[in-house]
Amino acid sequence: MTWFGIGEADWIALQLTLRLALISTALLLVLCLPLAWWLAHTRRRIKVVIEALVALPLVLPPTVIGFYLLILLGPRGAVGSTLERLGANHLAFTFTGLVIGSMIYSLPFVVQPLQNAFQGMGRRPLEAAATLRAGPFDRLISVVLPLSRQGLLTAAVLSFAHTLGEFGVLLMIGGGIPGQTQVASIAIYSHVEAMDYASAHRLSLFLMLMAFTLLVCVYALNKRFKVVGVMP
Amino acid sequence: MSVAGSFRLTRDDFLLEVELELPARGVTALFGRSGSGKTTLLRCLAGLERSEGWLSVSGCRWQDREHFLPVHRRPLGYVFQEASLFPHLRVRDNLRFGYRRVPADQRRIDFDETVRLLGVETLLERYPQSLSGGQRQRVAIARALLASPRLLLMDEPMASLDAASKAEILPYLEHLYTHLEIPVVYVSHALEEVARLADHMVLMEAGRVLATGPLHELLIRSDLPLSHADNAAAVLEARVAGHDAEQQLVMLECDGGQLRVSCPPAQAGKRLRLSVKASDVVISLAPPQDSSVLNCLPARVSEIADDPHPGHVLVQLTVGSQALIARIPREASRRMALHSGMSVYAQLRGTALA
Repeated sequence: MTWFGIGEADWIALQLTLRLALISTALLLVLCLPLAWWLAHTRRRIKVVIEALVALPLVLPPTVIGFYLLILLGPRGAVGSTLERLGANHLAFTFTGLVIGSMIYSLPFVVQPLQNAFQGMGRRPLEAAATLRAGPFDRLISVVLPLSRQGLLTAAVLSFAHTLGEFGVLLMIGGGIPGQTQVASIAIYSHVEAMDYASAHRLSLFLMLMAFTLLVCVYALNKRFKVVGVMP
Repeated sequence: MSVAGSFRLTRDDFLLEVELELPARGVTALFGRSGSGKTTLLRCLAGLERSEGWLSVSGCRWQDREHFLPVHRRPLGYVFQEASLFPHLRVRDNLRFGYRRVPADQRRIDFDETVRLLGVETLLERYPQSLSGGQRQRVAIARALLASPRLLLMDEPMASLDAASKAEILPYLEHLYTHLEIPVVYVSHALEEVARLADHMVLMEAGRVLATGPLHELLIRSDLPLSHADNAAAVLEARVAGHDAEQQLVMLECDGGQLRVSCPPAQAGKRLRLSVKASDVVISLAPPQDSSVLNCLPARVSEIADDPHPGHVLVQLTVGSQALIARIPREASRRMALHSGMSVYAQLRGTALA
């Protein structure tokens, strides 16, 4: 079965890509919320070290990240061997491994917009909410999230789009097994390797259109949801 | 005693060490220059700063050695220096933020009445960004009140406003304070504001309490810096007795005599507070016959103290049960042989409504 001339194997690769992007974005948002909050408000000196660690994936070659992850999550690595001893499987060449890899690779794209949003907001709105009887969770839902929605949206889109286009990390840790860890970008690479330029074209064009549509939606939303950053 | 506590807090090179006892009703001003720890103390009262010590408000322990009631569990209202409204909510939802978080059976403040009291009825559907500074601060005050506080804390609510907005908001505050039945703690470094609004005063310096007591007493005490300031003033409580339409003057009755001041006509019986500057009081030994000064009250010298300016002295006068201070040339005091217990006449050159 083919749509737009894209073969079934490629559809599976696209589905895998989308699933990977959605899951790692969702997990990243949840995990980075407290981290970004801490970074935005802490006065500890260790903050700069954590910030540098978070930014590291920006400057490291993806293959380096992928390589270390492969070793770490593989059967001989610290994480992989521990898992095996506990009766589970190691994570090299698995979808879970892909999720972990793409989360680490996209970490700065989620933490930085959130941290900026929280820093711009300051502590005042939370203090005001606390004096108006809002407890900690209530403050998160009714004040922090609405006031940082632009940062949240930016973080989500960057992480999602970044994962769509990710190649090196995923190839290293996933091995590009068709149907299991072969995402769209790796499928394109395989087509090119096999000199099947027509399939590579179709898949590339599809990815490009998807990325463009996504960005158009985001800019449109951003305009509608414009929130003044400073508290009046 | 309704609000009592003791606080100790170290911040970098600043130490706040304060014991406090405030009356159950009325406005207490935390007064002092910037950096004296007024705002820090207010934040300690709210629980926004975690200090050592204890605090009890109308019989409830808010904190002590073992317990610390978090801010959102303390029934208080807090007005920040900048209105700090939530920019993503309309005025109505800003107002309802605290209101709907208080269980219905514990609400003691009516929504519509408060909205009317602070004159924000017409602003309900607007977003904070579209409001003027004075409007925002009125919304912030209403928002704090609607959370049915047992203690209202205000951190220089007018400091970020221009003169026009201040003039707009002051009447609301005055009106509010006469109607509120809870203690208000008001941080300020503007003497005029305090003289107009407060009943009680906590004078702060370098993280400590320098003095505490009724406003009218602290203002004139010669051992405190307030009476040494250029704009040192005493306050007189008075009641409107009538209105002289022909002379455009309002007749006031105060303990110690009668006064005539030019101010907008007010309803007879209304209580007013006058602020009398030390430099506006002239002392004479006999009732003045030919003087342009309208108001003259029989007084008794209670104390003569040094003024920071060596050529002047500060004379404390008792008028009825109230008190005034006069800043007069040392030479004049010597020539008149002023001494405490002496009967004199105090001419009030200017009397501003406080």
